[in-house]
Amino acid sequence: MLRLEKLVKTYKTGDQALKAVDLDIPEGQVLALIGPSGAGKSTLIRCINRLVEPTSGKVYLGDVELTGLSTGALRRERRRMGMIFQEYALVERLSVMENVLSGRLGYVGFWRSFLRRFPQSDVDEAFRLLDRVGLAHMADKRADELSGGQRQRVGICRALIQNPAVLLVDEPTASLDPKTSRQIMRLICELCKERGLAAIINIHDVALAQMFVQRVIGLRFGAVEFDGPPEGLTPDVLTTIYGEEDWEATIEAVDDDDDNDLEVAAL
Amino acid sequence: MPTKNAGDLKLWQRRTQRESLFHWMLWLIGIAIFAYCWQQISASTTWFFVWDAPRIATDIWTRATPPRWEYIAQLGKPVWDTLNIATLGTIFALILAVPIAFLAARNTTPSRFIIRPIALLIIVSTRSINSLIWALLLIAIIGPGVFAGVIAIAIRSIGFCAKLLYEAIEEIDESQVEAIKATGASRWQVMAFGIVPQIMPAFAGIAVFRWDINIRESTVLGLVGAGGIGLQLSASLNVLAWPQVSLILLVILLAVVISEWVSAKVRGAII
Repeated sequence: MLRLEKLVKTYKTGDQALKAVDLDIPEGQVLALIGPSGAGKSTLIRCINRLVEPTSGKVYLGDVELTGLSTGALRRERRRMGMIFQEYALVERLSVMENVLSGRLGYVGFWRSFLRRFPQSDVDEAFRLLDRVGLAHMADKRADELSGGQRQRVGICRALIQNPAVLLVDEPTASLDPKTSRQIMRLICELCKERGLAAIINIHDVALAQMFVQRVIGLRFGAVEFDGPPEGLTPDVLTTIYGEEDWEATIEAVDDDDDNDLEVAAL
Repeated sequence: MPTKNAGDLKLWQRRTQRESLFHWMLWLIGIAIFAYCWQQISASTTWFFVWDAPRIATDIWTRATPPRWEYIAQLGKPVWDTLNIATLGTIFALILAVPIAFLAARNTTPSRFIIRPIALLIIVSTRSINSLIWALLLIAIIGPGVFAGVIAIAIRSIGFCAKLLYEAIEEIDESQVEAIKATGASRWQVMAFGIVPQIMPAFAGIAVFRWDINIRESTVLGLVGAGGIGLQLSASLNVLAWPQVSLILLVILLAVVISEWVSAKVRGAII
């Protein structure tokens, strides 16, 4: 589905953010990308849809190779990659509906979008998605009136209305409280399952990642250090990814929290 | 080092001895220059006129009061002209300032080394010349009248509006722009959805602020023949019709107060 081959990114300053990363994500797989700050998690995600230009290497989305595409062709391929951001990145002064519909910009001509005359099918889909994430009554609110969790839900709708093949998710929970973080992670994973979407989720909360995903990639200094199921994250593995620390507490805490969370969800 | 050791004590002063000496020297030089200038100015002042000033001022005050109220009938048209000069001038300026601002802002300019400097040059050059001087030039080119006034105000305002607007563009939140780009939006769509909503409040604020300034500037344009109430003012001054002058000044004051009120209301409503 999504395949990275020897992806390298060297910034102008000489910092090597990615060192020949190889990665293959099958259809429908939700993958968590963990690693310390500066490990290249954000760079990796942004090199896929070329918000950051990779220095060398190849990215295949299905059969299409992305790094060599012209601007116009890249725009068409970007429609197939929904992106969700850490600080939500909603256009603050636009309404919730406008923010969701902005996910259709790649499909709609300039004047139609400028005059906000989106096709009725797009509007229907926007209402359906807002209803799915529980924000149907908020459609006319301005984005900056919403709480963090609500904003991230709008961000999710914006990514999904693109009808993407893959979701690129950059620290979706970093600005949210623990409970909302779980709800958002659960929502993203549920939606991926419903639609058979593959997803890469950058996340620095190891416990949260273990709770929701099928596969974890550990990144350290721009290289893949770990690739396996969430149960494979032993203290030794975490030490190779993050460095020396007492990891027992973190991993144990996961199980406890998990039970509590299920109770909360049941309520 | 401002701290020094005296036995067990650590003394701290704001400045070292050298610094405070330098400081005192600066003050001394400043005072000397002030005293010298004072002397020069008083030597070249005709003190008779200065001592005479209160008497002349009272004289003009008695001649100017009461204002000639019936003259108001002839002021309606010039006030309307002044208002039009300011409003049309501001609109033209904004139309030209928006593209220039986008070309000048570091994050939206298509070329940092060729187009951006040109845009900045336009901004600086239009800002550096007063609208009265633009009006003098334009009257020579397109003849006296309201149109010259409109163009003078417009040119003078381009730089001001473009500068404030491009600073607003440079301060936008890039992550919102990134998010719109990631959807596959075109360059123009990114501008319309990612950038424009973010600069709208700044744009509205700049527009009313400049309109407010332009009302004041356009009241004097008539002094050089570019239409508006300044024309009446200079005519009345030339024939020493002080009651008319005082009425015109009152009308200008009123117009400015109203424009301030309107722009404050508009800014409050938008932001």
